[in-house]
Amino acid sequence: MNIIVVGLSHKTATVEIREKVAFSPNQIEKPLKELVSLDGIVEGIIASTCNRVEIYATTHDIAGGIARIKRFMADYHHISLEELEPHLYAYHSESAIRHVFRVASSLDSMIVGEPQILGQIKTSYGYAAEYKTSGIILNRFLHKAFSVAKRVRTETKIASSAVSVAFAAVELAKKVLGDLSDKTVMLVGAGEMCELAAKHFMNCGAKGVMVTNRTFERAEKLAEEFAGEAVHFDELFQQLHKADIVLSSTGAPHIIISPKEVEDVVKRRKFRPMFFIDIAVPRDIDQKVNDVDGAFLFTVDDLQEIVQANLAQRNIEATKAEEIIDQEIGQFHKWLSTLDVTPTIVAMRSRFEEIRRSEIERAASNWKDMPPDAEKRMDALTIGFMNKLLHPPTTALKKAGQGGRVDLYVDALRQLFDLEAVQEENEELELEE
Amino acid sequence: MTHFFYIFTLALYGTGTVLYLASLVSSSEKIPVWAGRLLLSGCITHLLSTIHLAVKIQHLPLTTLQESLSLFSLVIMTGFIFFERRYHVTALGSFVTPVALLMFGLSAALHGEVRPLPPILQSNWFWIHALLAFISYAAFTIAAGVAVMYLIQTYFLKKKHFSGLFQKLPPLGIMDDISYRCLAIGFPLLTVAIISGSIWSEKAMGSYWNWDPKQTWSLVTWLIYAALLHGRLVIGWRGKRAAILSIAGFVILLVTFLGMKHSIRW
Repeated sequence: MNIIVVGLSHKTATVEIREKVAFSPNQIEKPLKELVSLDGIVEGIIASTCNRVEIYATTHDIAGGIARIKRFMADYHHISLEELEPHLYAYHSESAIRHVFRVASSLDSMIVGEPQILGQIKTSYGYAAEYKTSGIILNRFLHKAFSVAKRVRTETKIASSAVSVAFAAVELAKKVLGDLSDKTVMLVGAGEMCELAAKHFMNCGAKGVMVTNRTFERAEKLAEEFAGEAVHFDELFQQLHKADIVLSSTGAPHIIISPKEVEDVVKRRKFRPMFFIDIAVPRDIDQKVNDVDGAFLFTVDDLQEIVQANLAQRNIEATKAEEIIDQEIGQFHKWLSTLDVTPTIVAMRSRFEEIRRSEIERAASNWKDMPPDAEKRMDALTIGFMNKLLHPPTTALKKAGQGGRVDLYVDALRQLFDLEAVQEENEELELEE
Repeated sequence: MTHFFYIFTLALYGTGTVLYLASLVSSSEKIPVWAGRLLLSGCITHLLSTIHLAVKIQHLPLTTLQESLSLFSLVIMTGFIFFERRYHVTALGSFVTPVALLMFGLSAALHGEVRPLPPILQSNWFWIHALLAFISYAAFTIAAGVAVMYLIQTYFLKKKHFSGLFQKLPPLGIMDDISYRCLAIGFPLLTVAIISGSIWSEKAMGSYWNWDPKQTWSLVTWLIYAALLHGRLVIGWRGKRAAILSIAGFVILLVTFLGMKHSIRW
């Protein structure tokens, strides 16, 4: 049984194409059921996010399975295969395992280390489990992927530093001001970047938000979003001392905040540190404000530099992550290959034979005056007995051939009869021959 | 026996200090943990050896320069461990432990003379004075260490220089807190130390205030820290100004402690 992956991502397709093949989460049951009813496809999961659409499946026929899934993706969304195919990638066996481990660990994401992808994959898996289109292999596989992702996140620093300007701003503010829970943010201007940064600050526990804008109504609207306070623009400098963090992004063509005003404000605050971020172009805050004792000014360029440095750091951590993934692939692949029927049957027979032999020896050694042909007879008896017992399950397994239930049975047999050790011994003997 | 304890403590302090310095440049998470353990062990052996000495000579070991340096370094190390537990400021270790180590090293290098306690020192006022003075000195040392870190961090922030060291230094707000706490502990203790010193002086020599170098420079130290505390509480001094004053106070403190002699001789 093989695992295959077919799909496209932000790396191979623009958003226009990705849009066309996205599966809606509300209507995932139908495509899932269609997927597993395809010829040769046994189990299936559909993972559809804004940056990738991928299908994970198990099959005995790799080439055929991949081709059929590609056609399914095209047909389901009513686009031509010719249009879609150049953007699709396909993996099988070890490379498929590697791909899914990497995706779940956020190594394939636009921003390495981002936290959303794991949750998205978990949700997709949840649907497949709910509609029973995933079986023992994909279940085990995805659970493994989740634990690998967890390992990567905890054992490397891949997710620990800020890689967006807004996050970098919050991290920096924490370095200057410490705990943010009693700090107030002032938004000067009501632009989108301001809003985004303010959201991050609030998420990180800032106490409150004040908004000021030339147009008071806009300030009010934005303030409402944060349950904050709107301030008239001409009262800016009366209220500025209340803010610990000032985010400025007005459309004004000239400087709004100059060093003299900041000096006054800082004195009024008894020199408690104050954190300014100037997002506007042309800039709102005079560069000399940075020289004022107690005021710290950062522009978007400064924050971008931090982000770049952190991204570089993440790429270093990513190599560590790849190493972890290498280790885990080896283990998982081993388990997968044990699900083959033949080695399992062989191992089971080995186990039974072992028991038979040892019981005969025991009986022989306890039997005083054992007649000469007794051993032969005991052999014949027990072998016949054993074969009769093993015959039905063995035949059933061989006949069942290709289907999800076989894997279930095989896995059950391995666990119930503890066949792992036996298989390893057999493998060693084979090597010796 | 005391000598053995000394060497052992020196080794523990030494390796602890080296690890704290290493933690500034290394990103390994084990280094700070071991540094902390070594330091704590060092403090324990140091405390034991001090108690052992105190029992042997039947009084607090505060009368010679050697003993003073040893006690000073013990209080600094202990104070630092307390602040590290409370505020998780490992980086502070790199600034404070070398100072304490140096003092302890000097102490170990000096020759210890065990003499019977002269009558002039057999006054409770002396013990109160000396002990409180040392605790306040340790608090001011830590405050100075934090002040240096504060200045470095402010420099990095202003110059937008986000090096590895920048990441390791704690937020300005925390450093400010520690600084204030140290002042709040040190200043009252110093005040009581000076007063009890004057009372002892009266008992020993007949006058409360002699304007000898030790007393004079102690007063200067006290005035600097008084200005710092006043500035902080009333005017709201923080930041660079406060940090520089903290460091200045520490320098004067060292001059007072090491350089100036009591006019009372024993």
